Amino acid sequence: MITLNHYVALSALLFCIGLLGALGKRNAIAILMGIELMLNAVNINLVAFNRFLQPSQVVGQVFALFIILVAAAEVAVGLALVINIYRRRLDTNIEDLNWLKW
Amino acid sequence: MVNFGLLYMEIATAALGLMLLAWGLLVPKRERQGIAYLTAAGLLALLALAWCTRGAAGTVLPGYTIDLYSIYFKSLFLTAAFLATICSFDYVAKMGFNQGEYYALLVFATLGMMVLATSGELITLYLGLELMAITFYILVAYRLDDPKSAEAGIKYLLLGALSSAILLYGFSLIYGTCGSTVLREIGKRISSGQADFALLLGLIFVIAGFSFKVTAVPFHMWAPDVYEGAPTPITAFLSVGSKAAAFAALIRILFLGFDNQAFLWLPLVTVLSVLSMVLGNLVAIPQKNVKRLLAYSSVAQGGYLLLGIVSASLLGIGAILYYAMIYVFANMGAFMAATAFYNNDRSDEIKDYAGLARRAPLVAAVMLFSVASLAGIPPLAGFPGKLYLFSSVVARDYSYLWLALLGLLMSAVSVYYYLQIVKAMYTGNPAPQKGALQVSRGMEVAMLLVLGILFFLGIYPTPLTNYAFKAGETLFMP
Repeated sequence: MITLNHYVALSALLFCIGLLGALGKRNAIAILMGIELMLNAVNINLVAFNRFLQPSQVVGQVFALFIILVAAAEVAVGLALVINIYRRRLDTNIEDLNWLKW
Repeated sequence: MVNFGLLYMEIATAALGLMLLAWGLLVPKRERQGIAYLTAAGLLALLALAWCTRGAAGTVLPGYTIDLYSIYFKSLFLTAAFLATICSFDYVAKMGFNQGEYYALLVFATLGMMVLATSGELITLYLGLELMAITFYILVAYRLDDPKSAEAGIKYLLLGALSSAILLYGFSLIYGTCGSTVLREIGKRISSGQADFALLLGLIFVIAGFSFKVTAVPFHMWAPDVYEGAPTPITAFLSVGSKAAAFAALIRILFLGFDNQAFLWLPLVTVLSVLSMVLGNLVAIPQKNVKRLLAYSSVAQGGYLLLGIVSASLLGIGAILYYAMIYVFANMGAFMAATAFYNNDRSDEIKDYAGLARRAPLVAAVMLFSVASLAGIPPLAGFPGKLYLFSSVVARDYSYLWLALLGLLMSAVSVYYYLQIVKAMYTGNPAPQKGALQVSRGMEVAMLLVLGILFFLGIYPTPLTNYAFKAGETLFMP
């Protein structure tokens, strides 16, 4: 029997993997992928809470839909910026982004 | 029945943004300067609308309430956007491309701030936050000819997306514990229950996410880089608008949703405030670039504003509202001077400001009085602001006296680095080949306006304080 706890644990795990990827990776696109994982962890959480705690309402599912939508917009802008940098330097490694000091 | 009529400010702002976008595509390239004037006029009209209808109040949906608090912040964002637009006239014209999109994005960022400051519900709040953030990612990277701008854009995007993911995880945990996304509803449901682990974790994540937006130490790492790389008018708008909007939302979340959990978030906010005040002010001292210096100064200003939340009282909220408005004028003044200088000399280094007072007395005076206001020197408007903030903390509890004293001490430190700019401007000698600065008429008028307001509100702050405290009161009404 799969309970709410399973979903929450899965989501927590996914969130940690995403966070690790976002903080540990050096490539801008890999970091964006890590952030996507974190957002998906949030979506699992929201949908699971909705299904198990308030099956009659859809607030959590609507929230998840909005997150998917906004994440797509964010990635679109992110990839455009990455391409802009790549054209100039043929590189997407963030360690080389040192024209401004971090 | 949903009362969409109450959304008139948001609808009018969105209409202005869309109109500018269409206008930018329709008019021929040579006549695009008109778009800048149109934006300024539109924002001014919206500001007048906000002022005329400041009595408007009502509930659109359970989580979206128009009250004086939201209207106060809307006027603040519109003022900041208006000054940023005036600041952009020459700057964007010299960039030479896509003026329509630039001003449209500026207006959409304002719309995002408005939604963020008004909404009392997590989904709407998130949408407002992202509308603001995504438009800023684009605006920060807007100077395609400058690799620094592109780099600042990508850094802001990566860290911004990371912070909003963390914020969302916090939201999901709060939704899971309380079963609602409406803040007042959340407040009711957790007053009956006790603090459990998931809720605490959610609250920490939410505070961390917002700390990023208000550039509180240790989530400030992006600020100096992004502020330096972004186009200067955008830096100005980012530093005042985005920060004020995040404060508006954070106050709503903490005081509507988690009012009776104050024992949980108060220590966190206190630590953030102390770290921001100390680190922001100390790290600003060795800075050589005006925009980086103002970035660290803005980190420190965020720390002062957090003091108002620590006081957890009407006095503290009113002080934040008042200080946020003053901060708009003071910081915008400083950045306007920096923009005027950059338009002429293509430099942001403090050493290049040498002798500016002789080349452009007005620009130097605006810089002088703006930084003096940021430092809180009377008779400028920053002084009563800091007075309210520090006294609100002491009024809460005398055991918080050390916090107010620390703020006072750190303000004294800030005078030192602000004076470095002033020293360069007034005692240095300009390079011999440099003539007087060319400043556009619109910018001169805006600078005089900022100066006038800084002095007027420093000597006679009562009108704005009354307005700010009345706005703060509406937040605590049921």
